[in-house]
Amino acid sequence: MKLHEKPLDKAQGRIDMTHGSGGRATARLIEQVFASAFDNPALAEANDQARLTLPEPGMRLAFSSDSFVISPLFFPGGDIGSLAVHGTVNDVAMAGAKPLWLSAGFIIEEGFPIADLERIVRSMAEAARNCGVSIVTGDTKVVEKGKADGLYINTAGIGVFRAELDLSARRVRAGDAVLLSGLIGDHGVAILAHREKLSFVTPLLSDSAPLNGLVEHLLASGVEIHALRDPTRGGLATTLNEIAGTAEVGIRLEESAIPVRESVRGVCEVLGLDPLYIANEGCLIAFCPQDQADRLLQAMRAHDKGRDAAIIGKVVSDSRFWVEMHTPLGGSRIVDWLNGEPLPRIC
Amino acid sequence: MKYIEEFRDRALADKLAEAIRVEAQAGRGRLYRLMEFCGGHTHAIFRFGLPDLLPPQVKLVHGPGCPVCVLPMARIDAAIQIAQIPDVVLCSYGDMMRVPGGKRMSLMKAKASGADVRMVTSPAEAINLAQSLPDKQIVFFAIGFETTTPPTAVVLKQARALGLKNFSVFCNHVLTPPALRWLLESGKDADADVPELDGFIGPSHVSAIIGTKPYEIATSDYGKPVVIAGFEPLDVLQSILMLLRQVNSGQAKVENEYARAVTRGGNIKAQELMREVFFLRDAFEWRGLGSLPHSGLRLNDSFAAMDAERRFPLTVEAVQENRACQCPAILRGAKQPADCPLFGKVCTPDNPIGSCMVSSEGSCAAWYSYGRGRKNDEAA
Repeated sequence: MKLHEKPLDKAQGRIDMTHGSGGRATARLIEQVFASAFDNPALAEANDQARLTLPEPGMRLAFSSDSFVISPLFFPGGDIGSLAVHGTVNDVAMAGAKPLWLSAGFIIEEGFPIADLERIVRSMAEAARNCGVSIVTGDTKVVEKGKADGLYINTAGIGVFRAELDLSARRVRAGDAVLLSGLIGDHGVAILAHREKLSFVTPLLSDSAPLNGLVEHLLASGVEIHALRDPTRGGLATTLNEIAGTAEVGIRLEESAIPVRESVRGVCEVLGLDPLYIANEGCLIAFCPQDQADRLLQAMRAHDKGRDAAIIGKVVSDSRFWVEMHTPLGGSRIVDWLNGEPLPRIC
Repeated sequence: MKYIEEFRDRALADKLAEAIRVEAQAGRGRLYRLMEFCGGHTHAIFRFGLPDLLPPQVKLVHGPGCPVCVLPMARIDAAIQIAQIPDVVLCSYGDMMRVPGGKRMSLMKAKASGADVRMVTSPAEAINLAQSLPDKQIVFFAIGFETTTPPTAVVLKQARALGLKNFSVFCNHVLTPPALRWLLESGKDADADVPELDGFIGPSHVSAIIGTKPYEIATSDYGKPVVIAGFEPLDVLQSILMLLRQVNSGQAKVENEYARAVTRGGNIKAQELMREVFFLRDAFEWRGLGSLPHSGLRLNDSFAAMDAERRFPLTVEAVQENRACQCPAILRGAKQPADCPLFGKVCTPDNPIGSCMVSSEGSCAAWYSYGRGRKNDEAA
């Protein structure tokens, strides 16, 4: 360890090409920035891989990966580090799994301030602690100035669940109710408002948050949940279209039932955006039989992350697999997939 | 946002819909063909499902009021050509990026092949870029009706005050009244492929700038009623009711449903600003409508140095549009999107053939995104 003892200049220092060389500078960076923040037994073994043990034999694994290229790296309500943890934890949790382990890959642009990197890494470590997961393996690469925009992070996550549990979009069927655990649009609009320097009396915060606690709570309610999904990129509209396509069903929404914060609605109105297509990082959609929907709703509302939950629609047979919505004025319209890319790089 | 909710009230909508039904029945079977000139209205109509609230006698015809849609391919090709000049950064509104030009090229594809094209939400962003990139030539791709013209004028004056040598504007601003006059004139001509209309739902934001006076030609010269309407769904329903009442009582006047933002004279300051910076082109080509006299703006001579058309040598040849694409007929109200053989099959928002499928204000995009399940007649 002596080789790495020379302290990094965390106040003024910047990442240079040597930090990605695999040599002494890399070791120093890993030691002083990553290992100290993520500290856990699997990582401390300092092998090329993490060796893991299932909590109970016979459990199944849920495995997911996500890359984060958000701009800016720090935003109201979070940063790329916490987002990279929540994003993957949530994807794993949507299987009803308990997320346990994450990997973290960093692609850093030459010249990136070490102070910013450390702040992001600490934020990741804190987010991981809050989610009850360990960051057990990782990788760091540095690319020349101009070949990346500051920092990109990839995380992959593994969770475990009992073999009898089966949460999958394929199980969604006509007659299911569609529930939403919270307000939509907060994340995308917070990033946008921050980028466009729009100011509000109450600043808009990203909803970036772990959902594994909520999922555990919902499973404990005993309601027969068919599927869970978190409506991130493409928003609620796109996620519902994905599910309708996979399950080969139609979905009918009630626009007035969908919870949207007034300020989010306002920003969307001014900028010509539709909250249905805005990314979320802290809410989920649940499908369960209609006759159990009220119980699931009560369970959601009893949890901190589900206070604003609502039943927003139902699943019907429809050979076109369309998502349609009743508007508050009594008309109806199709809710299509997201087209194009109105808000690039929000996750 | 309380202000908005008042214009989306279900009970009021039901009352208006009922009043429209009663008024339409009084017409004893006649049709009411009403054109919403502006793409913003088309969008609102579908987003709120308003066709479900209207009786079958009321036929809404979508107009040409979509700036992205009416720009001919040659202008898009010119923009692509500017973007491909070394050291040029072309700043464009997002909607414009995916519109196909000749050979199915677009600004998005030009960007992917190395041209520096940046999406902006206002011309002010282009000015900021010009200041932060002094070694680049920043060109703002200006499009739009009278609503977006004053902001372009403002940045041109700013750029001059700042002495910016690396900023120019590729000007494609167009005017509403000449297009309206063309529709009215062609509507009288049985040989022209333009429907005869019974009335117009007038634009919201454009009218806030130009006022209601320019629409008076519709009533005085052509005997057609016009109601200037806000963009909210209740505004649209109210204006439809007002048009039906005018038609049923044999009247043709300009009424202002959007009095909370529009006056007869309009925004005088904005009009003066436009006169100071732009002059009228002799003619400008519109997709679907053809070359219309005095319908487009260009930078006047005192701003010649910032006119991208004069700064860069452009060699754009006329291109053949996809013959099957019905955008031109849709823009003049002669066809509905579903009449197009490409609609929803070859031409979708992911793979747009015509501009009407790209822009969020385009009729085809609105039909596809919100109402493609409807049959032709139902949606009209």
